[in-house]
Amino acid sequence: MTLLIGALTLGIILSLLALGVYISYRIFDIADISVDGSITFGAAVCSVLLVQNGVHPLWATLAGFLAGAIAGTVSGILQTHFKINPLLSGILVMTGLYSVNLHVMGRSNIPFLGTVTLSTYCEKLGNLVFGSNETLLLGWTVSTTDLMTLILMFLLVSSISLVLWLFFHTDLGTAMRASGDNPQMIRALGGNVEYYKIFGLALSNGLVGLAGALWAQYQNFADVQMGIGMVVWGLASVIIGEALAGTASVGTAIIGTIIGSILFRQLVAIALSFGLNPNDLKLITALFVFAALILPNMLSKLSVGKRKEVL
Amino acid sequence: MSNPKLNTDLNPKLVKLTDVFKTFNAGTVNEVRPMQGVNLTITEGSFVIVLGGNGSGKSTLLNAIAGSFPIDTGIIELDGQDVTQWPEHKRATLIGRVFQNPFSGTAPSMSILDNFSLAAKRGKFRGLSWAHSSNLQDELKDRVSELKMGLENRMDTAIGSLSGGQRQALTLLMATWLKPKLLLLDEHTAALDPKSADQVIALTDQIIAKEKLTTLMVTHSMQQAINLGDRIIMMHKGNVLHDVNANEKQRLRVDDLLSRFENVRRRELLDESVADLLRLRYI
Repeated sequence: MTLLIGALTLGIILSLLALGVYISYRIFDIADISVDGSITFGAAVCSVLLVQNGVHPLWATLAGFLAGAIAGTVSGILQTHFKINPLLSGILVMTGLYSVNLHVMGRSNIPFLGTVTLSTYCEKLGNLVFGSNETLLLGWTVSTTDLMTLILMFLLVSSISLVLWLFFHTDLGTAMRASGDNPQMIRALGGNVEYYKIFGLALSNGLVGLAGALWAQYQNFADVQMGIGMVVWGLASVIIGEALAGTASVGTAIIGTIIGSILFRQLVAIALSFGLNPNDLKLITALFVFAALILPNMLSKLSVGKRKEVL
Repeated sequence: MSNPKLNTDLNPKLVKLTDVFKTFNAGTVNEVRPMQGVNLTITEGSFVIVLGGNGSGKSTLLNAIAGSFPIDTGIIELDGQDVTQWPEHKRATLIGRVFQNPFSGTAPSMSILDNFSLAAKRGKFRGLSWAHSSNLQDELKDRVSELKMGLENRMDTAIGSLSGGQRQALTLLMATWLKPKLLLLDEHTAALDPKSADQVIALTDQIIAKEKLTTLMVTHSMQQAINLGDRIIMMHKGNVLHDVNANEKQRLRVDDLLSRFENVRRRELLDESVADLLRLRYI
């Protein structure tokens, strides 16, 4: 049960990463690799503020969001003002951020031993609400800290999703969606596509940085390597979400992405508990995304004859 | 024949191009020179048809006015302002556009309502207010039902699932939702079947007449050129070759237009054969 709750919590935290990837990959049609750097950047900034400066965890977490947003802004400026290929600007930002992260952290790993983090608050709140360290849930004994963390992360991600959904239905958000869908059209309607792209990537990487800050606090350490392959992780979540919930509207896509992230984390936890070598995890994730990317094409090739008749 | 200058003096000039040059891929084998010192003025309220063969520079003319690319030299003025350095999205405050390709003018994966909420903010600041305001929804339903395409109850349908004719009709409605100073139509019926093309042309004529829009319309169809508009300009090799004003245009028949094109073509053939002759002799 503890394992299940743990996987669920991590899945929910990383759904913020998946939402970030959804914005860059689905709304703007950019495979933005800066994500690998910005998730660590968010974690790094948050951890240094917590451990070395004793900043309140809420502010440190918010700083993680801002750190990611700055990384995204840089990536966006490289793409728009300097006309660098999106893939390449992602690689540049990610590579540059590796050194930046090491400088920010001062070493490759920062443990949070004895530091006040959001987890500390979850523990206190858990004890307060349930009255003890442990409680019974469906006949299982679970730690109230874990349970409280899960509940709070769920509430946080739900409210962020709601804000995102609302945002993408405002004039600005609608124009941003259109600039990914048909840039020529939105330019002709007076939209500044370059500005929307920078703003969108800032938002996307901000969410990723926030995921990094929360992730670090959840696992009680930040590591300079924690971002490696996370963009593929996000893609896997987005793709699972689309397969389950469809792409009919922004709302279903957002919900699908969160479910995708949770489900993917559960699958990984199950596979690991059945003895999957953790070293193979990234390879399997990559193979999974590969399969998900080519399958729709292969399926449509099979049915292309049918479609021609209809047309 | 009346003096065309008379018109320009009575009505303010809305569009003025002075010595506009544009070369694409300069210095390569793919060099194209679609604008060779174009001079053109369009008075407010006139409906100008642009004719010309392939590569004559007519679409480039529209794109240059809309700001799709920077011009090499020359000045473009719109509504009394020098817009030569304005980016495309800024010029959109003055210009409504419909493209040749029905896929260009709308965001395919977004709903009809989404698309119109974008059009309702053409050239305006886009902030955090709710895009689907109830005012917009009501007005949209009225206007779309006037199209008689049965789309009024399909506001949440993704626009990409509609036919080319429906999309062009909607794009036209979007481009004119906020009255533009200038409407640019770039062969907007060329990709449609004849029936849809007729529908869209009828709608075009109706909207332009009702809103008294200053319009620049590129077409391949001689019949459209004869039936619509109050002035025809013929482009050739990056320049305005003929300029037919309103009085002259009334007497114009399709045959007249064709014969003018034939003249151009004959001259062209002569030019090229002479060029070949010279090449044979001297190279």
